[in-house]
Amino acid sequence: MKIKNFTSFDTNDVEILSYDDFYHNILSLVELEDNHCISLFARPLSKRSLRLWAFVACDATADISVFVADINADTSLNSLTAECPAFHPFEREIYEQFGVNYSNHPWLKPLRFAHDRTIPLGIYDYPFYDIESEEFHRVGVGPIHAGIIEPGHFRFICEGEKIHHLEIQLGWQHRGVENVMLTKQNALARSLVAENIAGDSTVANAVAFTSLYESLAGYNADRSLNIDRTIALEQERIAVHTGDLSAICTDIAYQLGSAVFGRLRTPMINFFQKWSGSRFAKGLIRPSGTNFPFTDALADDWLTTISKFEPDFREMATEMFDLPSVLSRIERTGILSRETAIRIGLVGMVAKASGLSRDVRATHPTLLYPELQNKTIVLPQGDVYARAQVRYQEVLQSIQNIKQLITLRSSAPQVGWHDLSLQPTKTAVALVEGWRGMICHVAQTDNNGNLVAYKVTDPSVHNWLGLALAVRGNGISDFPICNKSFDLSYCGHDL
Amino acid sequence: MFKTLSILRHQGKQYIPDVTTTDVPGCFRGRPVISSDVISSTTLSELSNLCPTGALSTSPLSIDLGKCLFCGECAFRAPENIRFTKDYHLATNDRSRLIVSASSAENTISLDPDKIRRQIRSLFRRSLKLRQVSAGGDGSCELELNATGNVNFDIGRFGIDFVASPRHADGIVLTGPISENMADSFLDAYNATPDPKLLILAGTEAISGGIWAGSPALRRNVLDGLHVDLYIPGNPVHPLTFVNGVLDLLGLKNR
Repeated sequence: MKIKNFTSFDTNDVEILSYDDFYHNILSLVELEDNHCISLFARPLSKRSLRLWAFVACDATADISVFVADINADTSLNSLTAECPAFHPFEREIYEQFGVNYSNHPWLKPLRFAHDRTIPLGIYDYPFYDIESEEFHRVGVGPIHAGIIEPGHFRFICEGEKIHHLEIQLGWQHRGVENVMLTKQNALARSLVAENIAGDSTVANAVAFTSLYESLAGYNADRSLNIDRTIALEQERIAVHTGDLSAICTDIAYQLGSAVFGRLRTPMINFFQKWSGSRFAKGLIRPSGTNFPFTDALADDWLTTISKFEPDFREMATEMFDLPSVLSRIERTGILSRETAIRIGLVGMVAKASGLSRDVRATHPTLLYPELQNKTIVLPQGDVYARAQVRYQEVLQSIQNIKQLITLRSSAPQVGWHDLSLQPTKTAVALVEGWRGMICHVAQTDNNGNLVAYKVTDPSVHNWLGLALAVRGNGISDFPICNKSFDLSYCGHDL
Repeated sequence: MFKTLSILRHQGKQYIPDVTTTDVPGCFRGRPVISSDVISSTTLSELSNLCPTGALSTSPLSIDLGKCLFCGECAFRAPENIRFTKDYHLATNDRSRLIVSASSAENTISLDPDKIRRQIRSLFRRSLKLRQVSAGGDGSCELELNATGNVNFDIGRFGIDFVASPRHADGIVLTGPISENMADSFLDAYNATPDPKLLILAGTEAISGGIWAGSPALRRNVLDGLHVDLYIPGNPVHPLTFVNGVLDLLGLKNR
């Protein structure tokens, strides 16, 4: 079955395949560069019987293909990961959750140590890859890191100062997002869950949730609301990218860039506070409406704010990308090739910095994106420089996007919103391009319209392996700058 | 060199001179003010089941800021009775002071001086080093704690810093609802911090679990038996709320 982004379909309309057909159909699709897996999960049918759901996006046609197969959890399965590494986190999740044995999976380890896992391993029992050698030594970092940052464990195998291998163990932030979502009974509680999945992507997750919810309810948001949501997504990109440029400067001890980008971020997140009362736009996005319409006064305020922001931002970025002492640290550091990016299913900003044009705004456009002049920014180098440069150019483009959106708007949406009743036996998919990349939410309802499945895939799920591969051969002292240039989410991954 | 100087000049003055009294832009939702003199029964029944975290009680009408996610929905449903002000002074060392009701009316939230251990001020007034531990949070409190050190809020001017090792720290700032998977690591960091030490719960998730309260993936009972020196509500904590909370704890004024 093929569907489009932000739509739902009758769950019973999908053909149920044998696992062999499921496996071969998916593999034949993802052989093509334009196709990549956006979600794959299992749902229990009875005690040991599972239904697999796979969603593969085709970036050339804007289709999303849906495949379903029923399996017995005790039967060994052929692993998709063995042929296409991009599937590794999804099959690891199914292994962790239900104990499914993928016989030829090259890396069948727990993904996030979810509280409802069936495998008998605790978070301190993670089976790290190891090399017995006199030449190598191990460096373990975390879960608690040096800075004010979320927890994760990094295990390096180094040859002197050089990183030979890095394995990243996650799950520390797991608080049961998907199950908590199912326990919530109304749109307000569910919106609050969505808003608190990943604080740096509040808008992106809230828009994904809201769009999913509206499509499950058969509700069409009006144009003014979609304009507001698109503005919020672009504003979130400006704010986070600016903060990230500051952090990249911090990690190479470039104090001026660190301080200037840091203070430039302040008016950007303060704009959200003027708009919604929260610097992270918590409370802004709700199904069917909003408490905080983007008014004419806010549009004027934004234009004034940005007219002060943009020249200072350009000046600082121009100087940063011109300084030999900056360039010598970020050029040819942490390179991830385009070929690797495709093989591991990289998405979003880091994919674009590795020459891979993956941006939902262009490939599966919704909201106001079909009308915007937005052009996907792609750079070939795949290094820290490219990841910083993509951010710089995307900030400038997001400014243009919001300017265009302001000209497209006629009046602000009404204040207020209401709950929606969900249609029975529906499945809905929402892909939203957050600043980090593609956020995928999938939801299903039962015969009574109750929410029975809610799956969240943060872009970080695809991209953490990219960081592990990008640092190989680099000095371990360059790890922080590589890490910051990816800026992946722990909470979005761990859920 | 000249470019650097020119960039420096273009920044102007960015620091907030007085972090205790400065105004915050926009419609920031800080300390709520509640009035229950006139309240219809329909409003009461609408409010009774509204709040997803149970922060809102209707008998009497009150909001527990330790549970509140500051979404503001109750103020939209009952604008006559609930109003969020821009007051960012929300921190206290007495958990019960986070419950705001009509009887607390215009009263601000403050610390109970009798509950501040005497050593705290004498030891940490001139220099306070904190170690932050994130345990299941969504990263937004971490971003705001980082912001306390930027050129705007500049918490370093008060001798307050975040450090890398708990062994160098005078206290732990905990964010997040405390995931089962981080519970032991949090305790390790806490135990590695030399006595006497502070424990600061930053953000609604840390204080009560927030929207995740009751999730089987949490282990909140690690807090049992630990002395909490400061509760700082927020979703996330606003940098000014954090800065002022710590200044009040140390008995410092703006300088």
